[in-house]
Amino acid sequence: MAFLELEGVAKQFGAQTVVDDFSLAVGKGEFISFLGPSGCGKTTTLQMIAGFLDPTRGAIRLEDKDLTAIHPAKRGLGIVFQSYALFPHMTAAENVAFGLEMRNVSRADRAERVRAALAMVGLAGYEDRHPRRMSGGQQQRVALARALVIKPSVLLLDEPLSNLDAKLREEMQIELRQIQRTIGTTTILVTHDQNEAMSLSDRIVVMSQGKIEQIGTPQETYEKPASAFVSQFLGKTNDFAGAIDRTATPALLVVGSWSAPAPAGLSGPVTVSIRPERIGFGDAGLGAKIVTRIFQGNHWLFQCDSECGPAIVIRQNDGQPQPTEGEAVRLTWRPEDMSVRARTVA
Amino acid sequence: MSAAAEERNARAPWALTAPALMLFVGVLLIPLAMTVMLSFHDWGQYKGIEPVFILKNWKEIATDPYYAEMFWRTFRIAILTTLLTALLGAPEAYILNRMSGRWKSFFLLVILGPLLISVVARTLGWALLFGGNNGLVNKLLMSAGVIRFPIPFMFTETGMVVALAHVMMPFMVLSVWAALQRLDPQIENAAMSLGAGPITIIRRIIMPQIMPGVLSGAIIVFSLSASAFATPAIIGGRRLKVAATLAYDEFLNTLNWPLGAAVATLLLVALVLIVVGSNALIERRYAEVFR
Ligand SMILES: Nc1ncnc2c1ncn2[C@@H]1O[C@H](COP(=O)(O)OP(=O)(O)OP(=O)(O)O)[C@@H](O)[C@H]1O
Ligand SMILES: [Mg+2]
Repeated sequence: MAFLELEGVAKQFGAQTVVDDFSLAVGKGEFISFLGPSGCGKTTTLQMIAGFLDPTRGAIRLEDKDLTAIHPAKRGLGIVFQSYALFPHMTAAENVAFGLEMRNVSRADRAERVRAALAMVGLAGYEDRHPRRMSGGQQQRVALARALVIKPSVLLLDEPLSNLDAKLREEMQIELRQIQRTIGTTTILVTHDQNEAMSLSDRIVVMSQGKIEQIGTPQETYEKPASAFVSQFLGKTNDFAGAIDRTATPALLVVGSWSAPAPAGLSGPVTVSIRPERIGFGDAGLGAKIVTRIFQGNHWLFQCDSECGPAIVIRQNDGQPQPTEGEAVRLTWRPEDMSVRARTVA
Repeated sequence: MSAAAEERNARAPWALTAPALMLFVGVLLIPLAMTVMLSFHDWGQYKGIEPVFILKNWKEIATDPYYAEMFWRTFRIAILTTLLTALLGAPEAYILNRMSGRWKSFFLLVILGPLLISVVARTLGWALLFGGNNGLVNKLLMSAGVIRFPIPFMFTETGMVVALAHVMMPFMVLSVWAALQRLDPQIENAAMSLGAGPITIIRRIIMPQIMPGVLSGAIIVFSLSASAFATPAIIGGRRLKVAATLAYDEFLNTLNWPLGAAVATLLLVALVLIVVGSNALIERRYAEVFR
């Protein structure tokens, strides 16, 4: 049974539909990411779950109870805002204690839980600091502690890490994941950073223009993208125009000079997507010329000019000699590493 | 960098600010110094002003209870005006801030618009509405039988406080408005998600954060009210004097310039002390919110 369920949720601002037909079932303890470009409606969806916005259509249920009928103050969800929205006139401890105070937790109990919450996010000893005297990462932890201390049924995180620098963000990602694993709170994270979504979540909801493009595990969305949008958005990819020839026996999938037995189902013009790290250099295959070769420490990045347009190839720096700029090469890949979609010819 | 260039650089700020500095000294500092000097001069009905250094005027102000009453009234009116503007202006700014786009700009204009109209015209408006038997409101209420006698407004402290509060309101609203702009737009949602109701949100989250704005608005309103001239002059006339109208009368009616100068100087010094003192207090108290 789904713990949190969104069914056909839509939101309109005037005539503009910002979220449309959003259906998702979140299991208890699951870590879900909403991933999509800016303006695709991630925050809007999160705010509808939180109750700050009312859905135009659709239902939101928590443990089979209609959530939209409950006032946001009574939903008992923990929310970390993109701007943290800490109370600047209160110390870290007072910030964390606020939600407990609203729940009439006794003073002694409160102090104990606040201390434990701050310790959990690694801020023991910072109880009496005011938010403006804390670094971005520390403020973010206070916001997390404030949301977690009320033992929320669902934790909603709206791009909580986007204000941090790369190193701190990575640290916080690891910490966030560990905390979530330990206490097992069902979590929804909004992000437009695909690495963040992949490294943190059990499942990713890829969104574009208010619609769900794909729901799947990080591996599924990366390796079996359901649409061109998903494959483009999740990391680099090569899209080649190919065709399936059903007149040949056995039927062939042809991409330039590369060919393989055709997969079942499709025929005619197709688009073939292959991740750059799945392409190798071989004796036969798609003809290409190396345009630039970039050394990036643990791997090489090649930009090629192939029969089917530009292509990128990533090779592990395993000490083997690599082709040089201007060299003619053949690109090959295993059929199971590509995803094939029908292509409409204009 | 060479020593000469360094010297030139050191002098540049002075050279650049010189014109403004000269204006400041010429039209503010010198007349102010002259007023302070004047307050130590002697004056007699027939001999006029005598440029000597005596403490006669200051002694008179210190000993004659008339002046104490005058200053006490001035500050009482200023304090009440400040309270009234804070009580009305802070909620006004909060409501204004919650309005949506078009209404917000419309009502902001309504609130700030009066600043474009002379204080004299605005105060005379009150006189037209409540001025004795002929005041519009008084006339209406009396003919409707709601009241038997006109509501006393002119020549009363209440009238002066109401009229001053009306004149000063934009300063309070603007000051609180500025504080509201600094709030995190999600702060109310954050408090709500933690289980706080609307009243708790205003009392525990919004109020403490806009308090510095209310207090700096209060300082502006207080100092402007305590030194206001036009409104007290129209509402109070010569029957209900405050420090500013008193100084004016000494200068232009009694022609006792030195005494008027002493009153004006005392008002200035008192105001400067109050404003600087309370400002320091506020900044210390609200260091966390101000930073
Ligand atoms: N109150 C509103 N009125 C009208 N349009 C709005 C409102 N709030 C959001 N929108 C529009 O809805 C769309 C989605 O907004 P939303 O904030 O959900 O995007 P997002 O996916 O969170 O983007 P980002 O990654 O930039 O935060 C945007 O096009 C935005 O302009
Ligand atoms: Mg957003």
